[in-house]
Amino acid sequence: MSREKDTTYEVPIGPIHPALKEPFLIKFKLKGEEIVDAEPFPGMNHRGIEFMGMHRNPMEVIPLSERICGICSIVHQHMFTTATEHALSIEPTNRARYIRTIMCELERIHSHILWAGVAAHEIGFDTHLHFTWKIREKVMDLLEYIAGNRVNYSMWTFGGVRRDITEEMYPKIFETLEYYENLYEKLEEIFLEDPSIKLRTRGVGVLTKKDALELCGVGPTVRASGVKKDVRIDQPYAAYGDLDLDYVIPSRYGFENKGDVFCKTVVRLKELLQSVDIIKKCVEQMPEGEITSEPKKAALLNKLGKSAGEGIGRIEAPRGEAIHYVRLSEERDDVDCWKIRASTYNNLSTYAPMFMGEQIADIPLIAASIDPCIGCMDRAEIIDINRGEVQSYTKEELHELSVKKTKQITKGGVE
Amino acid sequence: MDLSKTFDKALWVFHMNSGSCNACDIEIVAAITPRYDAERFGIKLVGSPRHADVLLFTGPVTTKMKDRVLRVYEQTPNPKVVLIIGNCGDTTGVFFDSYAIEGPIDTLLPEDAHIIYVNGCPVRPENIINGVKEAWIYLEKLRGDDK
Repeated sequence: MSREKDTTYEVPIGPIHPALKEPFLIKFKLKGEEIVDAEPFPGMNHRGIEFMGMHRNPMEVIPLSERICGICSIVHQHMFTTATEHALSIEPTNRARYIRTIMCELERIHSHILWAGVAAHEIGFDTHLHFTWKIREKVMDLLEYIAGNRVNYSMWTFGGVRRDITEEMYPKIFETLEYYENLYEKLEEIFLEDPSIKLRTRGVGVLTKKDALELCGVGPTVRASGVKKDVRIDQPYAAYGDLDLDYVIPSRYGFENKGDVFCKTVVRLKELLQSVDIIKKCVEQMPEGEITSEPKKAALLNKLGKSAGEGIGRIEAPRGEAIHYVRLSEERDDVDCWKIRASTYNNLSTYAPMFMGEQIADIPLIAASIDPCIGCMDRAEIIDINRGEVQSYTKEELHELSVKKTKQITKGGVE
Repeated sequence: MDLSKTFDKALWVFHMNSGSCNACDIEIVAAITPRYDAERFGIKLVGSPRHADVLLFTGPVTTKMKDRVLRVYEQTPNPKVVLIIGNCGDTTGVFFDSYAIEGPIDTLLPEDAHIIYVNGCPVRPENIINGVKEAWIYLEKLRGDDK
């Protein structure tokens, strides 16, 4: 047996996690403290959603589609709706396009702030976790004000939306946007200028541009490596075609496109500001008119049951590009075929190069850096292959290790 | 059964996701962060079921998670209360006809388990705090009149 093999450990992490993430399993191979291999094992959260969707009519699938994920519920219902519209050649009204854009961007704001809190928690700054979640409540309030629920909004319908954004809502929207604009500097000060956070995020979990392209990563994960990839610009949907957008990559703001956790933070924070701008423009340019082109539910249901076609819905979710494929046939009232590809699925493969050569204490932070919709660190076991001994790490202990590392590297005061 | 006096001040909670959509999970975290601040009542999320008094289950229980749900339940020391968060844990909700769902959770747990249902899709943070309060009342009743 070679010497190298003697010191390799396997660490399965998952699938139960106490706080945030969904059940998920990653197996790590370790040489001492250093990670030499990482392999994700999804499937703990398999609910058979596509199968269920194929046994319901498209109208019934809309509420199901938003329950694919509670953080990106708008994303999935948007994709399913646009894919079906594409299949049946239904055109949403202009006003609906703008309302959809506003809702998508509001969701991006809450998702990115949520991520910032999780990242701060993994580093060991729970003050920042509580700070970010406190400011997140403001956008949740606005979403509730517009859609009637904090999560799972059920706003979409074929041909438009079900709830209007009226003029009396504008003051509240502008007030919320102003709140984030004023707070933005403070967020930047915390996450981009704090020396301890910089020590933990700079040069950690690096994804090179080459790896990002080869592994087909999406969203902020690869934009941090300098890859110009954003569906909102590449293939505009909803009202994004009317807006002047640019790719958010770190080099635009005077940072290097290194692809480490720091760059991913830069991208997400700058996107926050971009979203605020987009919503402002959308509210200002909001066209008059109907909110849906298919106001008669019975006629619409009849049309859905009797037509055939296939369509694709693409969107830039907060975590990156996601796609739905829908096929309808004349024989069945139900959806004939439904395929979902969410952004985390692409980004999981980027874990391998990011974990390579890093320490166990960095696992929680790097795992959080792609903003996984699944991802789970409650229980880790280190198995010494040679001795057959099992050493368990709970999520808490892993978290402790991470916090300890922060303390160690900032020992003796931070300059 | 007598409980120690620490119950007067603190209730430790373990959260387990058995295949939910994340919405309830996020709302649980929202309930412990500053807006709702459940921690001011001593309610604290812990990282291990062995430390917990209350179990929060979310999700309709997927096939792969079934055994783990039961293991987490067994690992939690008595006396314990199970809080089922969200409609899908209660009735499997929108996922009712799936082949990959073993739930609802209450059909899997032993009959003597004390279960409190917190409904909503997703549950609101206020409702979660209310559910934990009910668990608290139940646990304090176990202490009897010597309080």
